[in-house]
Amino acid sequence: MKVTFPHMGHMHICLKALLEYLDIEVIVPPMPSKKTMTLGTQHSPEFACLPLKINMGNFIEAYELGADTVIMAGGIGPCRFGYYAQVQREILQDLGYNMKMVILEPPEKHISELLVKIRQLTNRSWFDVIKAIRFAWYKARAVDEVERRVHYLRPRELEQGRADEVFKTSLNWINDARSKKELDEMVKKAMSAFDRVPADNNRKPLRIGIVGEIYVMLEPFVNLDVEGHLGKLGVEVDRSIYLSEWINDHLFMGLIKIKGSKLAREYAPPYVNHFVGGHGQETIGSTILYARENYDGVIQVQPFSCMPEIVAESILPTVSKDYGIPTFTLIVDEHSGDAGVVTRLEAFVDLLERKKENAAASQVNAANELSAVNKG
Amino acid sequence: MALKIGIPRALLYYYYYPLWKGFFNALGLEVVVSSKTTKPILNNGVKHSVDDACMPVKLFFGHVLDLKGKVDYLFIPRMVSVERKAYICPKFLGLPDMIRYNIPDLPPIIDVAVNMSRKENNLYNAFVEAGKVFTGNPLAIRKAYKKGLEEQERFHRLNRLGFMPHETIEQMDKGLVAQNFAPQQEGSLTIGVIGHGYNIYDTYVSMNVIQKLREMGARVVTADNLEDQTIEDRAAELPKRLFWTLGRKMIGSAFHFMRSDRIDGIIHVASFGCGPDSFTGEIIERRLRRSNHVPFLNLTLDEHTGEAGVVTRLEAFLDMIRWRRAAQ
Repeated sequence: MKVTFPHMGHMHICLKALLEYLDIEVIVPPMPSKKTMTLGTQHSPEFACLPLKINMGNFIEAYELGADTVIMAGGIGPCRFGYYAQVQREILQDLGYNMKMVILEPPEKHISELLVKIRQLTNRSWFDVIKAIRFAWYKARAVDEVERRVHYLRPRELEQGRADEVFKTSLNWINDARSKKELDEMVKKAMSAFDRVPADNNRKPLRIGIVGEIYVMLEPFVNLDVEGHLGKLGVEVDRSIYLSEWINDHLFMGLIKIKGSKLAREYAPPYVNHFVGGHGQETIGSTILYARENYDGVIQVQPFSCMPEIVAESILPTVSKDYGIPTFTLIVDEHSGDAGVVTRLEAFVDLLERKKENAAASQVNAANELSAVNKG
Repeated sequence: MALKIGIPRALLYYYYYPLWKGFFNALGLEVVVSSKTTKPILNNGVKHSVDDACMPVKLFFGHVLDLKGKVDYLFIPRMVSVERKAYICPKFLGLPDMIRYNIPDLPPIIDVAVNMSRKENNLYNAFVEAGKVFTGNPLAIRKAYKKGLEEQERFHRLNRLGFMPHETIEQMDKGLVAQNFAPQQEGSLTIGVIGHGYNIYDTYVSMNVIQKLREMGARVVTADNLEDQTIEDRAAELPKRLFWTLGRKMIGSAFHFMRSDRIDGIIHVASFGCGPDSFTGEIIERRLRRSNHVPFLNLTLDEHTGEAGVVTRLEAFLDMIRWRRAAQ
């Protein structure tokens, strides 16, 4: 049995760790590329959302490398993601690719349902399964930690590109770690490497929050590396959800007490009073949270025709007006081009910079007037 | 003078109007429905909604705008779920919010949530909540609710006989209570039309596809003419239960048509940008191609669809079926 899975940002690091810990042979599909996109769109329904198409591309590329089993997450709707695996199975069948699909439906009542499904893949003991999940979880945390660090460094580094280099190598270190102890050492090593990147820590960059659909947020190939581009423009970014938080919310039923999407959902009313599937409610709630934390702007990302995000998108302008936070919606599909996106990002960042300067200038004026009045 | 409550002639109107009308009429309200879809209504809706919404949602905006200024209340229920563990569509879940924050100066919106995903009796609770706006008398609400259900039941029975839902609504408004024979349909072919009710029964957006088929000499059957149990049984052939109520109806009826000897062709009407349609359409098409030889036509509608193009394709489709038959 050779197992593969779809890519989602850096998730392959955790999944690979989990499966290899259980002695399952893993084939990580090649990182998403133009070829993945072409293969995926060719065989997927035209109006399906982009993640399904990239997944399809991943599966086909992995099949060519010899994979025969696919691990895929499920869902209970109403977002289309919950039915991805079913449609993908039909497509693979018609292509004549004989691949077995193991679908990890989110547990309905108890987390043990998840364990049962993972154990179908291996003959190792329950204890080993739990240990493997824990190890994968630590890797997810480690990935998030270095990612937060690179978000901080990108706008502050003195030589552009240094932080990204360290980021890439530290992901490799995390990927190669074989035990918890090794992992901790690698994270320490990565952090000290980050510390050696020359940076101006006194700089106060613009801050932008990224909200929206989870897959597009996490997968840099699909969002055209929006975080990297913003970093180059001197902007510090924060994402409303990180990998480990998604795993905890979606597969662990929020068992581990870390910041999750619950807080964001609490802030969504009165704008979105009911869950709308996917991360629609979180998009609105996180925008409000960013506004309260005095971020300079918010960017919503979504794949074309994403249902929950369209609901959020149509309400976002009201939130933007009420809270005075500029927002910008970036919709991606298989035709999205780098240049168009960069131009729009530049324009948005320019706008935010001007707004900030004006605000600072009017504050100075107000202070001057005040002192003039006091003197008079 | 009776208070006026407005119901947009769009989306779930085609599924639940008799229930809503029966309920509000019994409470002594006057029910006002927006006019039939026209170009200005659609254009107005497109102007006020977000670009990426699907056409039916944009059209709903248009119908709400049509009612603005004519009614005292708007009834836009938040239809989360109408059965256990299934939803309608994410956009229906957020519909009242989308309307409220995009159209200014609307009359008060009654946006009770109907969520039968976990508890089936939630429907009654939703109507109680809606009724409380107009009366403090729980007995009156209960009676009105029953009246609404009766009307809905009658609506279902007439649909099962072979009426199309929009025709049933018209007939019921004219005073038809029940009948025990099917409405007459002339034709040499029978075509199964699959699609969301708010697409295929809206004579403007569907370019009157049903009437056109009839004029070309075909009888038309839709999911609403089938027994619920048939649809449910057929849809259960999928390895995982589909969690969209309307999508499951479409899949179930398609699988039924696929096996029926009396169906000569299947037409799938989807709207541009519809999420569930992109999946259900794909599954239907793949299954059809694999197992069976019923001709299949996929029509995608959007706000720019031209009538001539649709007519040409329908004609070609029917011609093809007739030639095939002649060749056999």
